[in-house]
Amino acid sequence: MAHITIDGQIVPFEAGQTVMEAAMAAGVYIPHLCHHPDFTPHGSCRQCTVTLKNGWNITACTARAAEGQEISNNTEELNLVRKRLTQMLFVEGNHFCPACEKTGNCQLQGVAYHLNMMSNHYPQFYALRDLDATHPDILLDRNRCIFCNLCVRASHAEGKDVFAIAGRGINKHLVVNSESGKLIDSELTADDRAANICPTGALLVKGKAFQAPIGQRLYDHHDIDEITLGGRHGG
Amino acid sequence: MESFIDETLKKYQHQTTPLLMVLRDVQAQYFHIPKQAVELIAKGLDIPRTQIVAVVEFYHFFSFEPRGRYDIFLSDSITDQMLGKKALADYLCTKLQSPIGTVRADGVVSIDNTACTGLCDQGPALLVNGYAIGQLSEQRIDRIVAMIEQNRPVTEWDSDLFEVYDNIQQPGLLLNTKLPRGAALTAAWQRGLTETLDDIKASGLRGRGGAGFTTAMKWASCRATEETERYVVCNADEGEPGTFKDRVLLNSYTHDIFEGMTICAAILGAHKGFVYLRGEYLHLFNKLNAVLEERRAAGLLGDNILGYGWKFDIEIRLGAGSYVCGESSALLESLEGKMGIPRNRPPSSIIKGYLAKPTVLNNVETFVAAAHIAWQGSEWFASCGTEKSKGTKILSICGDCERPGIYEYPFGTTLKEVLKDCGASDVLGVQVGGPSGTFVSTRESDGRLTFEELSTGGAFIIFNHSRNIFDIVQNFTHFFAEESCGFCTPCRVGTSLLKKQFDKIHSGHGSAGDIKELRDIAKLIKDTSHCGLGQSAAEPILTTLERYPNLYERQIKQQYSFDPVFDLDGSLAVARKMSGRDDGHAHLTQVENK
Repeated sequence: MAHITIDGQIVPFEAGQTVMEAAMAAGVYIPHLCHHPDFTPHGSCRQCTVTLKNGWNITACTARAAEGQEISNNTEELNLVRKRLTQMLFVEGNHFCPACEKTGNCQLQGVAYHLNMMSNHYPQFYALRDLDATHPDILLDRNRCIFCNLCVRASHAEGKDVFAIAGRGINKHLVVNSESGKLIDSELTADDRAANICPTGALLVKGKAFQAPIGQRLYDHHDIDEITLGGRHGG
Repeated sequence: MESFIDETLKKYQHQTTPLLMVLRDVQAQYFHIPKQAVELIAKGLDIPRTQIVAVVEFYHFFSFEPRGRYDIFLSDSITDQMLGKKALADYLCTKLQSPIGTVRADGVVSIDNTACTGLCDQGPALLVNGYAIGQLSEQRIDRIVAMIEQNRPVTEWDSDLFEVYDNIQQPGLLLNTKLPRGAALTAAWQRGLTETLDDIKASGLRGRGGAGFTTAMKWASCRATEETERYVVCNADEGEPGTFKDRVLLNSYTHDIFEGMTICAAILGAHKGFVYLRGEYLHLFNKLNAVLEERRAAGLLGDNILGYGWKFDIEIRLGAGSYVCGESSALLESLEGKMGIPRNRPPSSIIKGYLAKPTVLNNVETFVAAAHIAWQGSEWFASCGTEKSKGTKILSICGDCERPGIYEYPFGTTLKEVLKDCGASDVLGVQVGGPSGTFVSTRESDGRLTFEELSTGGAFIIFNHSRNIFDIVQNFTHFFAEESCGFCTPCRVGTSLLKKQFDKIHSGHGSAGDIKELRDIAKLIKDTSHCGLGQSAAEPILTTLERYPNLYERQIKQQYSFDPVFDLDGSLAVARKMSGRDDGHAHLTQVENK
């Protein structure tokens, strides 16, 4: 069988598979936030940046595996890059983990733990972002949105197209497909995949927040690599 | 409004792809995009309203907030600034009593900055309701102000205000040769299309946009795809600050461009082509369409071109203010009526381009060169240039020199020769290839213009010793932060961080660790960004850090190891005002003295 190597480990792949798909199947964790196996790769969070032998960086979620590729993944250098990218997401939005219902189940937090992120490093942007609590069953808190596009992709797949990311550059923001721009007037329902797929606490189904007490949540006792490889992400 | 939207959608045959054209019409009619229009367009085109919202918010020239009936955008390229843009902007704002970034209370005028408008050889420039006015002076501004205050429609303003000069200073192989209409097409068919493609291959022609991909290889790969529906797209989104050579080609070598596109179409088997014209070149739109009409009437476009039985036509589509749309896949997204976000590769646009069909996308100059090669043969073209960079390159020269304008040079010409020809003296350095290119100092003036050595899409900005490198770098760094599409984390967040970090050092607030931090952010953006914009956004900083480390060191407060990002004392100003205090205890020093 055709194979690539990741940090020296032989990883087989099937024709057409991405580096990410091959790695996951082989039990190799490559950090990611915007990637989800059920949806078209997006390649925007850049967490899954890996390095080829020739020094080129590629994103594992979008690059196809090719025979003989020698890939560096779990290196000090790349993990520092990933930590910095994670810190960028933390300072760009407003992420107050202790006060967030998603704490412990949040993939952004999980990745930050995994990368041993102990501070924001960069100056905070203090962005003013809207919160939409109009929907009886779903909360949209844009302060926590990291533009992974998963809700957009999921809603599109459901034929509803409830979400889109609008704006340019640092002013990007999630918009809702309704005349008022509010969730209550959209077609979103709590059982939609789009309402449940958010890796952070930007989209939350109401009434579920404290079903599991803080301290007994997904990433409180397990590293995100273990959870991801076990296929146990929320969403 | 219903009837206007209805008419507009009809004008574009209820297609979704010309969404930018539809929105341009709406913006021109109502001076903003009314929410009701979004609903009507969404319904009329059967697309999610979020697609329209996203597009409106993405492009500079669309706005949900009402703009003035005279909507002014000042070109804020470094070259405009060097020609005195700031003082003239102040003059304009004072005369109109409307500060930059605002709409005047009576709704008549709004003034904003925008990126380079492509008039760097005849700046400072502005756009009023989309139309360019160059060579700004106090006298010309007085005339503009008078016409606004007299409430005269822009279409009735004195036409000399809108004159744009070609400024061809030194023509070469291409610009000196007059291509008779249809001559290249006739030659291509007589020689045979495959043979013509072979000839273009033999000429060694490479893409003139900057990347330098072999043109014939691109065309051949596209031709070899299994899909039969194929497209030809001309990238006339000349957005790199300091570049204006396509403006001149579009204005005076229009037939050559269309002829090149038509030959490409015949070789590929494409029946439809587009010119994606940057919104800033609205002044060329009618002219291009008139030339298309002329060519249709002459049988050079249409159902049976020159009687050879080939069907092909070209449509001009305008952008709406977005630098990143010059990137080929972002351009295609925009052409499809979406935000200009660069696509993931593979597949390349050769395989999946416009509407996911095989597409050849080339620069304006590439099509001109291809037409001339088809007519005069590969040897004529390859007779000049270097081994790997054949033919000539058209440069847009601007900045500190006596004769800014268009210069055509054989590849391999040295920087020194170019500087001499345009009358540049006391040169500090040259920005070759615009902000995304390289800053070259005079120490490197033996460097040659080739794809391998000094590569440029056409931009060539000269700076003399009166210029401050930090001002240049700051302009470029702010430009990239403004133009980042925001798709990927390092470019979206990183360019804003880089801007803050650079400004901190520039304003004299940098301390020992800040240069390292600047370099780290720059490197991260370069190494991990999704597209060329992000990968080159940090170049102005990285190249000057490398070439002029002392300049940066001098800006740093060496005695401090740390300095806060924000002004501590300044931040207390509001509190002081509110509490009516101004004593010593109401002030903070920025850094504890050691």
